[in-house]
This record gives sequence, C-alpha cells and structure tokens, in this order.
Amino acid sequence: MRPILMKGHERPLTFLKYNREGDLLLSCAKDHTPTVWFADDGQRLGTYRGHNGAVWCCDVSHDSTRLVTGSADQSVKLWDVQTGTQLYSFNFNSPARSVDFSVGDKLVVITTDPFMGNPSTIQVKRIAEDPADQTSDSVLTIKGPQGRINRAVWGPLNKTIISAGEDSIIRIWDSETGQLLKESDKESGHQKTISSLCMFTDKSHFLTGSADKSAKLWDTRSLTLLKTYQMDRPVNAVAISPLLDHVVIGGGQEAVNVTMTDRRAGKFEAKFYHKILQDEIGGVKGHFGPINALAFNPDGRSFSSGGEDGYVRLHHFDPDYFSIRM
Amino acid sequence: MAAVESGRPQAAKLRWGELEEDDAGDLDFLLPPRVVEGPDENGIKKTTEYRFDEDGNKVKVTTTTRVRKLGKARVSKKAKERRNWAKFGDAVHEDVGSRLTMVSTEEILLERPRAPGTKEEPSVSEGLGPVQPGAVLMVCRTCGKKGDHWTSKCPYKDLAQPPETFVERPSTADAASAAPGGAGRSAYVPPSMRGGGERTGTEMSRRRNDENSVRVTNLSEDTREPDLLELFRTFGPVSRVYVAIDQKTGMSRGFGFVNFVHREDAERAINKLNGYGYDNLILRVEWATPRPN
Repeated sequence: MRPILMKGHERPLTFLKYNREGDLLLSCAKDHTPTVWFADDGQRLGTYRGHNGAVWCCDVSHDSTRLVTGSADQSVKLWDVQTGTQLYSFNFNSPARSVDFSVGDKLVVITTDPFMGNPSTIQVKRIAEDPADQTSDSVLTIKGPQGRINRAVWGPLNKTIISAGEDSIIRIWDSETGQLLKESDKESGHQKTISSLCMFTDKSHFLTGSADKSAKLWDTRSLTLLKTYQMDRPVNAVAISPLLDHVVIGGGQEAVNVTMTDRRAGKFEAKFYHKILQDEIGGVKGHFGPINALAFNPDGRSFSSGGEDGYVRLHHFDPDYFSIRM
Repeated sequence: MAAVESGRPQAAKLRWGELEEDDAGDLDFLLPPRVVEGPDENGIKKTTEYRFDEDGNKVKVTTTTRVRKLGKARVSKKAKERRNWAKFGDAVHEDVGSRLTMVSTEEILLERPRAPGTKEEPSVSEGLGPVQPGAVLMVCRTCGKKGDHWTSKCPYKDLAQPPETFVERPSTADAASAAPGGAGRSAYVPPSMRGGGERTGTEMSRRRNDENSVRVTNLSEDTREPDLLELFRTFGPVSRVYVAIDQKTGMSRGFGFVNFVHREDAERAINKLNGYGYDNLILRVEWATPRPN
C-alpha cells in the first residue's frame, strides 16, 4: 500500500480519532493545535486554534458536529467541528489528559493529572444541546487512584467508567455513584504504566497497551484477562480492527536505547496481531520515531498512525490484507 | 465650521506610491485568480496560481497533479456534505502547492514475520575444499586464503585490488610472480610478500600507508567512499578510503582521506586532482599530514 503522509504537526502526535462515519480523521499533537483531515485522501480540512498546551486527547460526537479536546493547559475545550470555533472551555487545576463522549453525547468523562498536591481525578460533565446553556458543573467527581490516569472511557450503556493509568491497574467505576466496582488482577495484569486503551465497537472487550512491552485484551463486564500480545518494545498505542480479528500495536523505544537508535530511518513499525490466536501477522514500517497514536477507520479498510516524528501516516489496505490466513 | 469627513474610500484604486512596505501582503487582489484545468482523460489536473515571492515579484506557479482513483467508497449523505465544508483555522490559506499531504513514494507492505529457520544472509563460501564436519570454515575475502583467518584479521588487510594494474610497474609484477613466498604456486601474491623488502611485517607497511594519506576537502554532500575510491584508484592501489559522515543527517561533512599503497601514486594524485572539478565542487587534495620527507 502507499501510505499518505500528512505533516501538519510540528511536534509529536498524541492521539488520533476517526469520526463515526470514517470520513474525518482528527489528530492531536503536542503543538497545541488539533487538526481535522479528510480520511480518504488526507487533505487537511482545518485546525482548531485556542489551546495553549499540548493536546492529549480528543473525541468527536456521533453526528460529527462537536469536538472535545483535553489539553495540558488545564482546560478541556468544546468546539464546533465544521467551523473551528470554540464553544466552551472547562477549566481545571491540573492538565487534562483524557476525554470521551458518552453514548448519546450528553456527558463527557475527563481525567486530570495529579498536579501540585491535587490528586488525579475523573470528572463527568454534562454537555448541553445549546452551547449557550453550557455550564461547567461536574455531574460526578472521582478522586483518584495513585498516579496519572492515562485514559478513561465509558462502559457499555454509560453505566460504568473504565480507567487505566500509571499504576498499571484497570478500574471499573459506577458512573452514577462513583463507586469502585472492579480492579484488574495485579499478577496477570500489566506490570508497568498503561499508556493506551481502545474499546471495541460494541464495547464488549477492550485492549490496553503498557510500557511492560505487552498489550492485553480484557472482557468489559467481568474484567477477565482474555489475551496477551507480546511486543519487543514499550507499547504506546493500540487499536482494534472493527472489521477483522486483528489488533494493531504501536510502540516506542526504551530510554536506554535512544542514543543507539538505528540510523536507518523509517524503522518504527506498527505491528498487527491476530486478536484470537495472538500470533503476529506482520508489521508496517515507516515512522521515523516511536508511534504514539493508532486508529482504525470504522469501516476497517484503512488505518492511520501518528508518530513522534510529527507525521500522520494514513494507510488504505491492499486487497490481499482482507484474505490473510493464519 | 462643519467638519468634513474625508476618508479615503476603500476602493481598489490605491496609488502604489502610498503603499507602505507592510501592505505588501495584502496585494492579493492584484493577482489573477487561480485557474484549475480539471482532470482530463489521463487524470492530469493543472492548477495555475499566482503569488508574490519575497522580493515582491509576481510569480506564476503551475502545479500538475495526477488524480488517481484509489478505490470506491460508499459515503453517507452527511459525509458528502462534509466534503464541501470550507477550510478553517490554519488551513484557510492553503495553496495547492502545499506539501502537507503527500502520497508516499515508497511502497510499504505488511511484512509477514519470517518463518523460523529461513536464512537471510547470502552464503559466502563457494567452491571450498573438503571440510571436516562440524568445523567452522574461515574464509578471508581479502586474500582468499581459506581456513586461516577471517577477513577482519587478514594480515594482508591493506589491499584493495584495482581492476587495471599499472602498466608502469611490470618489473615489480614480475618480481612478485617470481617470489611467491609461502602461498604456493598460486597466481596471487600479496604485495607485502612482493619484492621481499617489506617482510618486516604489515605493521611497517601500514604505518607507511598512513604517511601516504591524502586529505580531500570540499567534497559534495552525497560523496561517499566508493566515489572516492573510483576517483583515486586510477593513480594506483588504494588501501583505505574514508569519508566523514555526519551521523545525524547522513550527509558527508565535506572531507575525506585516501590512503595509497605507494607514495608516488599519492603524489601524482595530489598533483592531478587538486583543483579538479568533481560533482559541481572544486576539490582540494593535499597531504594529510605536513609533507613528510
């Protein structure tokens, strides 16, 4: 395949997200400006100007009209997708790390980092239909587990919130009361910080990637460990294919190896694994730096990866991808 | 007295003499509009647009792109509408020639992992004599001696055979064939065995080699060792070439060293190639150390 290279960001990518219909791709990076691209040919549509710090995460509403972004400038901003105007800004006392719209887009779950004595928090805010009515009251606040919470997403039917972070434990919270319902098992779970989490389309299972060089697949309701995929490098980004039984995992580089980086450029790869058999299917090379973000198009026919090098690479699969036999 | 409002109408009739330097950016109205000649039957689309460059000259930029259908996609109505949205944010002033989005020139494959047991390195050994099973066969690429030493440990290391040996040295060549040394009746005799004079060992020859070192400066960015070798080997056997490369960019740092086996060759190379035009730069070729006598 011939990937499309999009160099819209000056700094490393942090997150990639497709809209529900798969025609728009949103990219967040450390350069303060989330960008929206057309997902078929990679043409840039626009940028959202307003943040003052690295943008860590974003989510787009079901109808692709609202965009929410979480940034290190201690704010979470709500935008109009089409025009790029900022509709509202939620302000916090610490950098915001992860955002996720609920099913129905009426609520958004936001995590904030531990900062200056404040512990990390998970907060739920209501999103009003009309931006003019928007208030910044929290519907629910959960004060944290130790360490940074890298990702928090809604569980099935918005009944639960699933969080994962630096303390390498996945927690399931009740979304109405804030009570802790389940924690992942310490021995079989991740041993180092969990950097990324990806929900499957029907939310029955999810994939987490960790600096302990593995990615694990979990059942959402029971939090049982289903599968483990072994990598040779710390994992920065994970994604599950909506179409086939594949998962893709992207990694980085251990700090000790940085000075010994392979001079041959373009050697960082996104690795494909069979979701059920756990075997490696193959790798897609090309990035000049560690891969920080991965996302599958909802139609499963293309995927994109964002790297430390500031590039977004958009790949449309060749026909023979769909007939891979293990 | 009635105050008279005399504001300049905001018409396009600005007098150029009144324009300040800073207004240069707003002169877009002076430019003809962008013309797009749509994709023809080969899919070629030509876009002609005009802009001002840094010196204020009107520049015409013609971009020729090939529009290729990558595949069919079923798009919802909403998605089709989104295709026609106006650009916003930093994308507003995007011109057609912007290189933000590019299709990769390389074909990238989903590389399947290799099955265990398949060898990747091409085998080096060809036509070797009988080997005891289990023994490691050592082949030296430089002198071709088998079973004695590896290439990196070759005592005849300072040898890079030029394909055309010099006609001016028939005497040494003859002497070489007459004194094969310990190599048996093979046609090849390494120079350290030739003429008998350098029997004292390769250390001496290597040291002398470094005194035959020639420094070449003002090399172009993409010059590499093979290029220098090719350029200098016409003067005689070259034992070593080195080009200084910047680790970060992979570009040559503009200088390198060539070690000749024979001093006279080095001298001739200096005389001939100093000032020689090579790949759009004039080379400077001189002795590497202050001229040893």
